[in-house]
Amino acid sequence: MTTLVLASGGEFVAPGVKDFFPPAIFGSVDKPMVLLVLSVLIIGAFFILATRNMKLVPGKFQFLAESAYDIGRNSIAREQIGGKDFKPFVPLILTVFTFVLVNNLFGLVPFVQFPTMAHIGFPLAVSVLVIYPVYHFVGFKRHGFVGYLKHATMPPGAPWFVLILLIPIEFFQKFVLNPLTLAIRVFAAMFAGHLLLLVFTLAGEFLLLNGGITVVVAPIAFLFAIALTFLEALIMVLQAYIFALLSANYIGAALAEEH
Amino acid sequence: MKTLIVAAAEGEPINPVLPHTSEIIIGLIAFLLLLFVIKKFVSPKFEAVYAERAAKIEGGIEKAEQAQAQAQATLEQYKAQLAEARAEAARIRDDARIEGEQIISELRAKAQEESARIIAQGQTQLETQRAQIVAELRGELGRLAIDLADRVVGESLEDEVRRRGTVDRFLSELDGTSAPAAK
Repeated sequence: MTTLVLASGGEFVAPGVKDFFPPAIFGSVDKPMVLLVLSVLIIGAFFILATRNMKLVPGKFQFLAESAYDIGRNSIAREQIGGKDFKPFVPLILTVFTFVLVNNLFGLVPFVQFPTMAHIGFPLAVSVLVIYPVYHFVGFKRHGFVGYLKHATMPPGAPWFVLILLIPIEFFQKFVLNPLTLAIRVFAAMFAGHLLLLVFTLAGEFLLLNGGITVVVAPIAFLFAIALTFLEALIMVLQAYIFALLSANYIGAALAEEH
Repeated sequence: MKTLIVAAAEGEPINPVLPHTSEIIIGLIAFLLLLFVIKKFVSPKFEAVYAERAAKIEGGIEKAEQAQAQAQATLEQYKAQLAEARAEAARIRDDARIEGEQIISELRAKAQEESARIIAQGQTQLETQRAQIVAELRGELGRLAIDLADRVVGESLEDEVRRRGTVDRFLSELDGTSAPAAK
């Protein structure tokens, strides 16, 4: 055993940030970029195939696609934006939901095993460059420039001395913080979750190959890794749902007649 | 990206919180592409099916309501017809009763008339028979009386007029005696 340990030069190297930046596949294209493009292809192909020959009474495949569409349309967009205005935003919310969901789930797919959203650039692109302009744009369009600023920063019914405090806070939150937190939330969850899985998997591997008597502990590490995988699956779906839900919520709040 | 990898290889720490421009650009393009596909090709189809389904369900409900209304109308019609029939039957019954009464009274009147007629006829018959008998008896009685008088007196009363006068006188006397006796 000691020879084996010596042979493999056993020193456990904990997984870290570097594991999230695999070397480029070709040029400056790396794994997350390929996965991202793949996700677009998968989602697009799935929905186009599902809607190619739609029937009034859905088959299994159509039912699956309709369930996904229903989550975006009815349980997120309609709930958050309201039955009057939600229709034009359904494609956006559905895209946000499926885009984040599939990219998160890449973290669980064998051999792929990388949640794309663990690179902050991707969620940031969606939240800051898409959701943020959209909800402010519809807000300004609905309420007018001054009207929307008032609508966004002055909750009705607040007395003036509270408003002094509230206006800067609301402004900072709506115009700076919201898009950032939206992106950071899913990024952090994916990053931390993937790191956690890496720790348990790599540690189990190390214990199995390099440990002396500690080899008996290896199965426990693997068991934890499996349990965490299930937890991760839950978190991935949940984060995608939350991302879409909050996007719809911001739009709904910008459009709302009153708070 | 290349610089990053080089940096990683050199052992410099990568800050995962700082976004990479290339990733933001690719993320945005990929997202917008997917949004375009879903908005253009996917969403309208789902909405169309939803609308069709809603229309179908609403149509079904409407049809059911129509059928119900029709059934209600038919029921009402039947009820009205039944009531009408009942009224008709009652009227017919009343008519029949009235007619029956009329017939009975008519028959009764006719029977009374008939009986009165029969009685009257009998009376006239009796009257004529009586008159006939009286006349016959009168003739017979005159002849017998004359025969008797012939035999008793022994003289022939040849003069017809005188004889008639004698007989008439006798008869009137006879009537005069018999009438008070009948009284």
